[in-house]
Amino acid sequence: MPKLLQSTLPVGRYAYDEVDRAFLAQRVEQFRDQVARRLSGALSEDEFKPLRLMNGLYLQLHAYMLRVAIPYGTVSAVQMRTLAHIARRYDRGYGHFTTRQNIQFNWIKLEDTPEILDVLADAQMHAIQTSGNCIRNVTSDQFAGAAQDEVLDPRVHAEILRQWSTLHPEFTFLPRKFKIAISGSAQDRVAARFHDVGLIARQSEQGRPVFEVIVGGGLGRTPIVGVSLRDDLPEEDLIAYLEAVLRVYNEYGRRDNMYKARIKILVQALGREAFLEKVNAEFAAMDRSRYRLPAEVVEAIRARFGAPAFETLPDGAESLAAQCRADREFAAWVSTNTHPHKQSGYCSLTVSCKPAGGIPGDATADQMDLLADLADQYSFGELRITHMQNVVLGHVRQDQLYALWQVLQANGLGTANVGLLTDIIACPGLDYCSLANARSIPIAQKLSARFADNTLQQEIGQLRLNISGCINACGHHHAGNIGILGVDKRGEEAFQITLGGSTGDDASVGQIIGSAMSEDETVDAIARIIDTYLVRRNPGERFIETCRRLGAAPFKDAAYATV
Amino acid sequence: MPLFENGQIMENGWQTAQEGVALPEGDVLVPLSRLAEGLGRNGAGRLGVVLEPADRVESLREALPRLDLVCVTFGSFRDGRAFSQARALREHLHYTGALRAAGHILPDQYEFLLRCGVSQVEIPQGSDPAFWQAAHTRFTVAYQPSVLDEKPEGTGLRRWLLS
Repeated sequence: MPKLLQSTLPVGRYAYDEVDRAFLAQRVEQFRDQVARRLSGALSEDEFKPLRLMNGLYLQLHAYMLRVAIPYGTVSAVQMRTLAHIARRYDRGYGHFTTRQNIQFNWIKLEDTPEILDVLADAQMHAIQTSGNCIRNVTSDQFAGAAQDEVLDPRVHAEILRQWSTLHPEFTFLPRKFKIAISGSAQDRVAARFHDVGLIARQSEQGRPVFEVIVGGGLGRTPIVGVSLRDDLPEEDLIAYLEAVLRVYNEYGRRDNMYKARIKILVQALGREAFLEKVNAEFAAMDRSRYRLPAEVVEAIRARFGAPAFETLPDGAESLAAQCRADREFAAWVSTNTHPHKQSGYCSLTVSCKPAGGIPGDATADQMDLLADLADQYSFGELRITHMQNVVLGHVRQDQLYALWQVLQANGLGTANVGLLTDIIACPGLDYCSLANARSIPIAQKLSARFADNTLQQEIGQLRLNISGCINACGHHHAGNIGILGVDKRGEEAFQITLGGSTGDDASVGQIIGSAMSEDETVDAIARIIDTYLVRRNPGERFIETCRRLGAAPFKDAAYATV
Repeated sequence: MPLFENGQIMENGWQTAQEGVALPEGDVLVPLSRLAEGLGRNGAGRLGVVLEPADRVESLREALPRLDLVCVTFGSFRDGRAFSQARALREHLHYTGALRAAGHILPDQYEFLLRCGVSQVEIPQGSDPAFWQAAHTRFTVAYQPSVLDEKPEGTGLRRWLLS
């Protein structure tokens, strides 16, 4: 048995104290009061809507949906069991992990929501600002605090931003939603260039962090890669500078058209230089001392984070290699689902929530409980939700991987497809969402079944396939190497294909290759696109690289070959 | 419509300038476009200015010492520009006088208004004053600095709201 938790602090996340608990209790009471005022008619639906959205409550096609915040994607085993309980008690026995590292429940009753918020508050959780025109859940690297290539654990600063943005008096009624991601590694795993603000932290020579600030990126109807405003923001000015950016956005962002209200439109309209000038003018004029973030505040918040008590272990690569030689299925899983750890003898592993033919990102209450148990047993009671809609155990001993994998295998969670074609991102689509033009889930399931063969997927190699049910792009189709966009074609569900999207350092926006096809035609077209890649690629070339080298033409020809 | 300030319901003794009509005697609120006219007014009575959401706070810089009231307005409670205007009046222009919020506002926004520097609100037609009373003492803690410079709680970002 591994050692149990060394301290009472939760590993990888901020521990609440009495003041934080009191804050949440007051906010739940406020929401209970708002629900009562809505039911009595004191609040109109028009007035209630932004208030419920501030607490993560949407009205979808068939029911209310509650989106629970998972700050920087990190959740404890105890919290995961709370989520399982909510799935069982108030929903239909499952939940859905989202691309903002949150979880949403799709079958919620309005009158149950205050009680659910009570249950969440008991577990130091809430649904504040998971929706609405405010600063949303701050996302971070799913391998934070673990990755070999990490410079610093970005979650402490993500927590600072969570606190700063929580019910911010000035920025809770912005022109539109506002999303921040933060990375502590030069290897961008948070899609920083596709956020309203992306922050990339590094260590300064003085030993404190400095940040690159990227602004105005995003997907949605108008996909845009963000622009870098500066790469030398000192830690102590982190809050002041973001205040300045948000002030400029709140004052100048468009409010006449919700489709042109995101900060990316403002940055494009003004241009980088003019936008930067406004931010700098505000930054110069503001009372900087008021917003200064001193190192001691950072350290006080860091002190509320638990750290894993690693054991001193030799590198386990050799014995792991021997286990892999003996079991090829295990070898395939290790090759795709593990990530190098900075601590000798450990690795991070990604539990795929995308089984063959399954619904991307869904997890049952039983699976959540199992993952919680495994986190307690193997990873210091800590789990992370990824923006790819999977679950990460951050700190697993290499010599315990095999046993852990067998448990996952036995419970439908051992799929070896992380980063491969069937590691699909899909939005809820027309099965749930009132905005959607087409269902995203059935086509995801067909593609997942079609390419389920692991040898084939390994042969195809790294490939991101993202599906959105409408142009609002919640499935990030533009950011997929292959994207699928659901459209309405004369009253029928149909799908367009985009090619060439990518997140990370080489961020690019996928381009539509042609007219929309039916669901089955689209699945066949993608199979032919893959065949073309396999024939035309140079040795060692990833799909996106072949795409960039050849351009869209040969893939387009293949896609429409028999249509 | 009545005002709400420091937990008290109060009468609104200010008149609002009517378009096309000469400014009345007494305390009067004028739109930004009639600021010069208001400043040139003879006789007794205090002067205030109504800022629309698109107005620039900076345009009040010179006149501010001669104003007794600034009123920021909400066409819709979802349009949050007035929050920034209020905060800028306090932080950039160091305005210390009365700062009113009017228009379509909800008691649920009262804490935000106060923390952006608003000192009094005009209770909208049909809004139950009891909800404003309740909102006045509802919350005890916040997570970020504001122009009120509330007392920090401990060493983190938190602030005590009720002094």
